[in-house]
Order: sequence, then C-alpha cells, then structure tokens
Amino acid sequence: MKADITLTVNGEAVRETVEPRTSLADLLRDNLRLTGTHLGCEMGACGACLVLLDGVPVHACLVLAVQADGQKVETIEGLNESGQIEDLQKTFHDRNALQCGFCTNGMLMSAHALLAGNSDPSRDEIRDALSGNYCRCTGYEAIVDAISATAEHRLSAERRLSKMKGAQ
Amino acid sequence: MMASTDHIGQSHRRENALRHLAGRGRFVTDLALPRMVHAAFVRSPMAKGKIVELDVTAAAAAPGVVRVFTAETLNPICAPWTGTLDHFAGMKSAPQNMLAEGQVLWAGHPVAMILAHSRAEAEDACELVLLDIEDEDAVVDGDAALVEGTPLVSDGIASNLCYRTVLETPGLEEAFSNAAHVVEGRFTFGRHTAVTLEPRAVVADFDPSTGQLTVHHGTQTPYQFQDVYAHQFGLPDNKVRVIAPDVGGSFGMKLHVYNEEMAVVAASITLGRPVRFVADRLESFVSDVHARDHRVSARMAMDAQGTILAMDVDDMTQIGAFSTYPRTSVAEGNQVIRLMGAPYTMPDYRGRLSVVFQNKVQTSQYRAVGHPIACAVTEALVDRAAEQLDLDPIEIRARNLVADDAYPHVSATGYQFEKLSHHAALAKLRQMMGYETLREEQAALRKQGIYRGIGIASFVEITNPGAAFYGVGGARVSAQDGAIVRLTPSGEVHCAISVTEQGQGTETIIAQVVADQLGVTPDQVKVTTGDTDTTPSGGATWACRGAGIGGETALRAGRRLQAQILAIAGAVLQAEPATLALAEGAVIDRATGQERITLAEIGRIATYRPDTLPEGCDNSLTAVQHFAPTGYPFDFTNGIQASHVEVDIETGVTRLLKHWVVEDCGRIINPLLVDAQIRGGVVQGLGPAFFEECMYDDMGQMTNASLADYLVPMAGEMPDIEIAHIETPTLDTILGAKGVGEAGTAAAGAAAMNAVNDALRPMGARISQTPMTPLRILTALGHV
Repeated sequence: MKADITLTVNGEAVRETVEPRTSLADLLRDNLRLTGTHLGCEMGACGACLVLLDGVPVHACLVLAVQADGQKVETIEGLNESGQIEDLQKTFHDRNALQCGFCTNGMLMSAHALLAGNSDPSRDEIRDALSGNYCRCTGYEAIVDAISATAEHRLSAERRLSKMKGAQ
Repeated sequence: MMASTDHIGQSHRRENALRHLAGRGRFVTDLALPRMVHAAFVRSPMAKGKIVELDVTAAAAAPGVVRVFTAETLNPICAPWTGTLDHFAGMKSAPQNMLAEGQVLWAGHPVAMILAHSRAEAEDACELVLLDIEDEDAVVDGDAALVEGTPLVSDGIASNLCYRTVLETPGLEEAFSNAAHVVEGRFTFGRHTAVTLEPRAVVADFDPSTGQLTVHHGTQTPYQFQDVYAHQFGLPDNKVRVIAPDVGGSFGMKLHVYNEEMAVVAASITLGRPVRFVADRLESFVSDVHARDHRVSARMAMDAQGTILAMDVDDMTQIGAFSTYPRTSVAEGNQVIRLMGAPYTMPDYRGRLSVVFQNKVQTSQYRAVGHPIACAVTEALVDRAAEQLDLDPIEIRARNLVADDAYPHVSATGYQFEKLSHHAALAKLRQMMGYETLREEQAALRKQGIYRGIGIASFVEITNPGAAFYGVGGARVSAQDGAIVRLTPSGEVHCAISVTEQGQGTETIIAQVVADQLGVTPDQVKVTTGDTDTTPSGGATWACRGAGIGGETALRAGRRLQAQILAIAGAVLQAEPATLALAEGAVIDRATGQERITLAEIGRIATYRPDTLPEGCDNSLTAVQHFAPTGYPFDFTNGIQASHVEVDIETGVTRLLKHWVVEDCGRIINPLLVDAQIRGGVVQGLGPAFFEECMYDDMGQMTNASLADYLVPMAGEMPDIEIAHIETPTLDTILGAKGVGEAGTAAAGAAAMNAVNDALRPMGARISQTPMTPLRILTALGHV
C-alpha cells in the first residue's frame, strides 16, 4: 500500500516510499529529519508547520506527502541556507521577536510570504497576515516590529538603489 | 562593593535565538534514538466510572506493537505519589498511579499504554483495546461538590474538600461595622490552560547494562524530575540524568508530575530501550494542568474619604480529582487569598479559601500563580468604591497605595515588603498614558455612541522565593541554585548553571552577569543549562527566580573565579592580588588600568605550565558557588497596568486599543528581555480575560479541546504595549535583581476587566466573569 514519491526539498531531489496517510510534515521531520518544521496542533490552526510548496506557504500537517509528489518544497532549513530571509532573521534577532522558538519557523514563512506580496505593509496588515500563527511567548508586538523594520530596510535599500541609478 | 555595570543593564541579544531562526532548535519532539518506541495512551472517555473490563489482547497483536501495559503490569514498578504538603495543614489528596486502577476520575485519565514502532501504529492499536466502563455520576461543580450527599469525586478520598483555611485579622468585624461605605462583588474566573506550542514531550532511555536512566524531558525543572524519577523508581539520583534541551513554552505547566511521563520512564526501565511520548493537542487539553477556576465573593470596607479599611474574601477553587505533585494544587488559592489588597495600606482582612475536588483535569500552578485572581478582585472593588464615592480611579489609588517611603511594610495578610514604588509607578503611568486626554476623548466619543473604557490595576508580584514556598512543607523542590564558572585554557569563560532557559533569555543574562565579574564580554561566556549531569543542582525556573537567584549565583561564582585568577596572576606577576583587577580580557593594574597579563596567558600557564607557578599556588581555574536567598522570604516587585478598550455594545465585541505597564523589578539586567517578558506576560493575562476557557458540559466532558475551538490571543487582536520602569533594587543581594516573568500576567486581566466595566458604565452594566466573551458582555448589557 505504500507509494513512491519524488519531490524536490530545499533544492535536493528526494525519493521516498510513504504510506498514503503520511503527512508532508511527518515526511519532512521523520524521514528527512528536517526538524525545523514544527508540529503544534496537527490541524492547520497554529502555523508552526508552515513550509513553502511551490512557493506558497502551506500547513505541512494538512498536506499529505503523496500530494507533494513532483513538487518543490522549501523548509526553514532551505530558506536559511539560501540567504533569502537573512534580513528577516536579523531583525527578528535584533528585536527579540522570538522566545521559545517553536513558532518561529511559521512566523518567518508568513512574514516572507507577506513581504513578497506587499512591500510596505501597515502594522494592522502585518497583524492580519499573522492570523494563522500562534505565539504564546512574545505577545506578538516584537514580531510585528521586526517584520515592519524588515520592510522599511528593504524599501530604503530600493530607494537608495533607484537614486543611484537616477544619478547615473 | 557594587557589581560592575559594563554589561549588566545592556540590551544584549540572545545568541541562542540564532539557532531557532535558522531552524536549528533542539526540542525533545525532534529527538529520535536507536530502537526507540512510541507511546500512545488509551484514555477514559468518561469523567467518572468503574473499569469493568479491559482487554488488550487484540491491541497487543496489532502490527508494529511492541508492548501493551495496563495498571496491573505497569504500576507496580513506580511508587504512588501524593500531592500534599505539610504547611497546608490538613490538606488531603489521594495517592496517584500512572494508569487508572479500577476507577477513572476524569475524561482523559490514562488507562492503558501502547508502545509501537511508530506513533501511528500505537494509535491504531489503541482503537483495538476493549474498555468497558460503568458510568458513575461525575462531580463537575465545586459548590455542588461540597453539598452534603454529593458523591465523592473518587474512592480514594473521604471528602470532596481538599483544603480549607481562613486568615483573619482581629479588627475585621469592627472595620466593617465602622465603615462608611461597603462595596462587594461575586466573580467567576474560568479554567484555562497553557497551550504551550510544543506539547509535553519526553524520551526516556534506560540502559539496563549500567542502570543509567536518561530522560530527555521538555521541562523547566530538570533537577526536580531527577529527584522524582530517582525516588519513585528507587534509583540512585546520580544514575538519573534529566536533559531539558530547547523547550517550546512552559509557563509553569511543565513542572508538574504527569501520569504519561512517569509511564514512559516505567516502560523504558521495563523494556530497556528508549520510549517516546509527545502529547497531541487533544491529549494536551485533557492532561496538561489547567489553571485558575475560581469563584470569589468579596467585599471591601471604606471610610468616608475612600480609605480602604478591610477586605473580606471567600475563594472557592476547583482542582480536579487530585492535587498535583510535588507542588500541590493549593498554592494557587493560597496566593489568591494572601495577595488580596496587597498594594494598599489596608489594615484588616479576612480571607477564606476552599480547595475542592471534581472530576476534571487537574488545575495547578501556571504563570502568575494566584496573582490575576487577587488583582482582579481587589482592583474591581477599588473601582466600585471609586464609583460609589465619586472619586477618579487614579485618585482613590493615590489615597490608598502604600507610601513609597513607608517601607518596610507588612500587609494585612502577613507578606513583608522590603521596598516598593507604587506611587512613583502611578504617577509615571498617568503621564505615559496621557490619562486626562484619554478621559476627555472618552467623554466626547460617548456622545457619538462609542463606548471606550480605561482600566487601571496596581499589583505586587512574588519573586525570588526562598524555601518558604515549598521546602518548609516537605517538598523536595530546591530553593537554591548553583553555578560552575571556569576559565578555559585559552582564556574564554564557561558557566554551567542550574537555572534554565525556555526562551526568556536566561543564558544571555547569566553571560552578562558573569562577564562583568571577569572583565570579558558576554559573547566570551558560554552558558550551559538544562542538564543534570553537566550543571550543578538547583531550583531552575519557576516563581520568577532566574534573574534574581540565578543571577546572584552567577555573580558570586564569577567573583570567586575572579579571586582565583587574581591569586594566580599575583603569583605570576609577583604582585598583591588586591592591586590587580580584571578588564577587557586581561589582568590589569587596579590603580593605573594598565594591562599586566592576558586571561589567555593565565589559562595557558595554569593549564600547561603549572610547574612554573610558585610552590603552593593553587592553579584551579574553576569556581563553584551555590546561593540560597536570605533576608526577606520573597523579593516582591510592584507595578501598575492600564488597559484602553472599546466595546461594541451591539455585538459585545471588545477591541483592545492599547495597554500600558509601569514595572519595578529592581535592578534590570537586560532591558530588551525584561520588556519581552512583560509583553508576553500581558498577552497571557489578556488571553483568559477575553478568549481562553476550557469549557465542560454537565457530564464532565471538555467540549472545546482543540485549537479550532479553544481561542488563544492572536496578533490581530492584541494591542501594542507601552512599558516604563522604576528600579528599586533589593538589598538582599549584591545584584539587586528581582523577577519579572509573571508581572505582565498578574494584572493585565484586572486592568482589562476594569476597562470593559468603565466602557459599560453609562449603560449601568457590569461584568464580573472571565473570559469576557461577547455573549457575556451582551448578557451584562441585558441584550440577551
């Protein structure tokens, strides 16, 4: 009854044989030992298991491993090593936007997706974008601050760049 | 000599946060050991009943199943535990076992344990267990439990009353009979639970060849569990190693003894291989301790000027079928009745506490034990008094808060306060929040049908506890901490300490404190925590003791090593150690500041060339220090919070506009981390004020045991929180730090309830129950 699947995880080709009921989260955590993806509720409520599936954040606990067959998955380990979220990670660190660290993977995924679609979010928009992410430690404000600061840094870097281009 | 302040007081960032940001956290849930099996539990579906039949034959034969345990086969290897302490005179609770014996006492009570190669296979096998329970009438309500003729919660007790006590000053009756005004209220505080994002997790690994038990345990108190496992399973404690790696939230919930953790250890000892249990979210809701669950009647007496004369309080709290071990389920109620009226010069008091059994999940210590209840009741009555006397809420507090120059002060309930700063905090809050402007805005908006409210709550918080908390009652809960600080052969520093880290930044502040004693930077100090084999024994993390007690331990250990380094340097340099000091990674001349020899050179000589030291010179570069608090039994902190809300009187929905906190935790070691503790704490106080509640039906079934149904505060609902500080260091220690982890939670709900009632005041409505759901607000308004 097991199924063979092939997928790309953090840029690496992966072949696995899984039970139909195996979730993508269990595949990542148990088979591939990518333990940066966390499980907080296993029902798509808490956001600790968010990963990017073909670039879109999904709850790895709600996606079956067989559904990811042929697709590209990016986890926190992959985003970290690629350097794509280096500035987000830096502002999270600077603003202490995490305590226990269990929600952090999901927060970074949501923040990354938000900023990809909205380069200048208001605080309310940031709070809305985190509506699927539970955090029990921080009270959220530091996370909002960090995402807001990242957006500002990116915008001012863009402005500097376009000024330089203008000057040329 | 004052502590150096080069790094103490600075907002150093947390090095361990970098691992989490990179997806490199190390949680117990991530651990997989060779030959490890996975545990799942068959649980009682009923709140109370007799086990008539339990047949595990089919489950034992299911694919992947390694072993099935029942009470008969598992319980004998673990001594039962009983959650009573001597200083709660007369308290009673039945002994507890890992798996239910004969009778089930709450919906979720573990009955059988299945071990399989995967959790999924263990869960599949649970479905094959035949469990027949003869239903009995569950006792779900605490008031009903005390009525004569109500069945007993369990066969193991003679009464549904776990504990009762009364505190009373001699002048109580006279105070009330002389009062110009008396206000009163009845309050209900719902049950809620910690909902740590990482559920409870344990991997027990017993090696029969050496008799070594290693338990990887997501807990805040590894030494307590080392002692519990050693005693309950009859092992020498040096053969029990408890490792608490990264812990995904704890908040007091992960320091209690649970059936499942004990069963996992028992199974590992029996099988001689690693056993893993990670609670799923449903299991968390029906087995993690719940919190609060109080009904309080209270009245407050005042003279004609609004001076508080006395409070008379009756608290009934409901704790489930057993008192928790080893700290009991009485500590919460005990603190409720002792913290009432604590910020005020109230001379007289009566507090009556009834702790009652029921057939539900146990309740016990959770962040800010007892504080939110005492604070909400006191502050609600103060606001009612202000209303009755037509005084501004700030004015009535100004008339009653203990004066900042009136310390030391003893409260009517016997708490001793070294020095607090209530009036300075009140003044700072008023200015920070722009109180007068907010009141003007409130009045203007009311004319437009917009109902905003401002709520204020003063509080004290218990921190830095000594043995008075648990030790005097016979609990084997350490009231001291220990640190080992050493200089490495290359001149770097390592500190192993017994206080633990769950993300609050313990390791960072310890590094700051040690760095200042040794003239290095915090990033040169590696801190190790959470492993009973590699750190000295101590109390770890609870009751806000990490900074105050752990920090002082680190400071004294650092100074001891400083003296050792200076002695070696003195021998090498042929100088009096008293003429030397440490700065910037070197030994310097104390008078001129000139560098004499680097720490790296000291490390090298002491390690590789001790032969070059003078005869008799001690080359030790390791210092050990334990510290137990002395002086006051607790170091109290104080503060004040304000909440600004808008209530939609058509829908009953409350919008949280802003929250303010002024807090005095003594010497601040790291302002960034202190504020992080306050903000997180405030939100954990606002959660149960508006959203969080464990709902039960009449049969004792929890009806919202999932994260789709149990509401926790989310980013979109929470306000920005503005914080200011006053620093009144304790003189009990060199460091002067007090705790801060529970301050936010202590008073946030109280401020919020006062704010909602302030908003509802024009309608003559009032709410006295938490969580303040839209339905309850509409009910208070008479709309439903």
